[in-house]
Amino acid sequence: MTLRGITKRFPGVVANDHVEFEAEVGEVHALLGENGAGKTTLSNILTGLYRPDEGEILLYGEPLELHAPRDALDAGIAMVHQHFRLVEPFTVAENVLLADHRDATRSFLVRPRDVERRVTELSRRYGLAVDPRARIWQLSLGEQQRVEILKALYQDAKVLILDEPTAVLTPQEADALFETIRAMAADGRTVIFISHKLHEVKAVADRVTVLRGGKSVGTVDAADATPRSLARLMVGREVEIARPVGEQREPAQVVLEVVGVSADGDRGTAALHDVTLSVRAGEIVAVAGVAGNGQRELAEAIAGVRPIRSGDVRVAGRALGGGDPREAIRAGIAYVPEDRLGVGLAPTLSIASNVVLKSYRRAPASRGPLLLLSRIRDHAAGLMRRYDVRAPGPDVPARLLSGGNLQKVVLAREFSSEPRIVVAASPTRGLDISAIETVHAYLRKAASEGVGVLLISEDLDEILALADRIVVMYEGRVEGERDAEGADVEELGLLMAGGEEAR
Amino acid sequence: MRIERRLEQPRWLSFVVPAVAIALATLLGGLVLLVTGHAPVKSFRRLFEAAFTAKGALSATVVSATPLAFTGLCAAVAFRMNLFNIGGEGQLYGGAITGATAGLLLAHSPSPVAIGAMVLAGAAGGALVAAIPGFLRAFLATNEIITSLMLNYVVGLILTYLIFDTHSYLRETKGFEAQVFPQGKTLPASATWPSWTVHGLALPLGFLVAAGLAFAVWGLYARTRFGFEVQVIGDSSRAARYAGMRTRRKILAVMCLSGALAGIGGASQDGDFRHQLDPRGLTAAGYGYAGIVIAALGRYNPFAVVVLAFGLGGLQNAGYTLQSADFPAGLVGVMEGLILFCALGGEIFVRYRVRFERRAPKAPTAALEPEPSP
Repeated sequence: MTLRGITKRFPGVVANDHVEFEAEVGEVHALLGENGAGKTTLSNILTGLYRPDEGEILLYGEPLELHAPRDALDAGIAMVHQHFRLVEPFTVAENVLLADHRDATRSFLVRPRDVERRVTELSRRYGLAVDPRARIWQLSLGEQQRVEILKALYQDAKVLILDEPTAVLTPQEADALFETIRAMAADGRTVIFISHKLHEVKAVADRVTVLRGGKSVGTVDAADATPRSLARLMVGREVEIARPVGEQREPAQVVLEVVGVSADGDRGTAALHDVTLSVRAGEIVAVAGVAGNGQRELAEAIAGVRPIRSGDVRVAGRALGGGDPREAIRAGIAYVPEDRLGVGLAPTLSIASNVVLKSYRRAPASRGPLLLLSRIRDHAAGLMRRYDVRAPGPDVPARLLSGGNLQKVVLAREFSSEPRIVVAASPTRGLDISAIETVHAYLRKAASEGVGVLLISEDLDEILALADRIVVMYEGRVEGERDAEGADVEELGLLMAGGEEAR
Repeated sequence: MRIERRLEQPRWLSFVVPAVAIALATLLGGLVLLVTGHAPVKSFRRLFEAAFTAKGALSATVVSATPLAFTGLCAAVAFRMNLFNIGGEGQLYGGAITGATAGLLLAHSPSPVAIGAMVLAGAAGGALVAAIPGFLRAFLATNEIITSLMLNYVVGLILTYLIFDTHSYLRETKGFEAQVFPQGKTLPASATWPSWTVHGLALPLGFLVAAGLAFAVWGLYARTRFGFEVQVIGDSSRAARYAGMRTRRKILAVMCLSGALAGIGGASQDGDFRHQLDPRGLTAAGYGYAGIVIAALGRYNPFAVVVLAFGLGGLQNAGYTLQSADFPAGLVGVMEGLILFCALGGEIFVRYRVRFERRAPKAPTAALEPEPSP
């Protein structure tokens, strides 16, 4: 399979910019890159979900036109998504059969025995232990992933794309998966392995193509590459960071302490392991890491939205009960959530209502059980002026605002509550440059006024520009902590990708 | 032709769509009449007269509208928070049982005391029935649609049992008629709710209470902290949790409020109209289900609920008066069904718009081009 000059533009961004990529028969080829580097867009192009604006795809030297996902399947390209596409009440065999689009094997009658036999055969050959008669909801995530791979093998896919397949696996399961991948490659299939974890790429791939900012920056043999060289390619610069010259502040009081916090993720598996960190008044501490390594869960645990299994969140030395957002709000924790519309803001409610989302219980927004609507409107109108929210008026529903203005509404509410601590999760994601600058300015201003800021971000530039200290998270653990001054980007990149493990 | 989601829902649509729906229902109803060999215009005129313009018709319509207003408010209050309480029927029964009990117990009290107690007891009875699915939903995450619906049958059977299958306090055991056919004890005079006649229109206390409650519900939802929380939870429960709202308690509270409204409707049935606990009449009427229809048509607005209860009440009332050989008896049912069908169909046009365009040169690929992800 060869990709030549693949370009895909979305309004405002070039997601793939003349990407060159080539994978041979029987090769395991890794696609490595940070979040937003264009890996997902590229795999969507390969599976026919998007059509490239420029460039061509060759399969066995023949040009391939993919108009729809169906075309990719017919050409023998199958993808195992990060989020599984399985029908839960159905059995393994039924799911496998359901995915088979080949006309040749289509028939009106279903022969479950034949399917089961073939599935058993395949699972034995590739070490994919799973009972074909088990129902999907009975299976662990690792087993479900095996079903996804079996689906691809059953329809005899020649090219398999695995999108961050180890994200849901235990280390042992991941090792087993790597063996399966090797076995499939040995059978003459091509495996494209998408990841941002360096040690995995080293462990399983023959060659590695690194994407950065939508461009393919290089292809290297995995055997020759070191985690350090890959990290440099991935982060991609000899960095000279402009940051305000650190005026020597005397150590201020610690306002936020997270002590040995463990918590479960949405799927019920452990997402945070014994996380400890602290933020002083007037300090910006950044939590760096690739998305999905527990940062969101950490923010939620601090804000009380996520229950804590063990450990403590302390504000100015006093421990919060945990799992109670109202308590966290009272303690002075402002939280700018990653998901603005839906968590940070109620979409169909007006800007005015959203501005008092947390303060409606007290004066001046209410008196006794009654809301003081005109005062709320005036307050909202004032904040809209101060934070430069561009909207016709405070009665406009939040969902009609642009991303930047949505974030300004959230910031206006959170900063006007006179917090002691601000937890900001990916506060600039999806914003344009001027909005990003505004957000940065507000965070800096808050810190200069003595607020402790915990900034969660995947963007190292942002972190280096804002933070005083950097905490790196990997797989729910604190992997390392560095002063931002004199921090080594390469080293940070290495820590983000698994640190000691990767070395 | 493509159907796409509307980004904005213009205000005029929420008036025009129901109006068109009713017009369309009338048209289709006329077609049905024509096909079955009746004169459409004449039949509709008779229907309208019997519902609104004939002598005494309006008063009878109010009688039909009163319970519908209560159950309509019951549904609207819960639906506002995306809490689908289908149990208005059972909650009305519950209120009828407790309301009748209070009325009988306070036979020797002054009338205002007895009536006040009936209203409170009815509210409590309805709330109690609604609290069961409310509690299950809030703390065990069960589906309130199913639990509240199933409870309707349970409470309905309790209601029947109290009069037909046991010598309960509520059952009349003296007198010849009561020996032959089981019935509820007649409520004492002090428990009879008053009614006022204005220009020949009889307004029972229950209808005035319903109208007052509609106003109170509006105030509660638009002007109070409680209502604000209901709005936020209904819009995004994750945002509500983020803002530190106690969503579980609120679910329980709103279910109880919803049940209480239907329960007062049950007490009003005892005190205003039936003057005894009447299992047959109540279970046959299906007020709770009609209330759901009204709430949906009124887009959960409490004032719209009262107005629509009046309209649907008129239709039902006309159905009773016109039951005779020369009038197509099924017309009322057909009309009710058609109005509901058209109104719910019309909802699509509030949320989506239909765009006609010439076929693009490569229609299938164009349709498959997905939205870019940011």
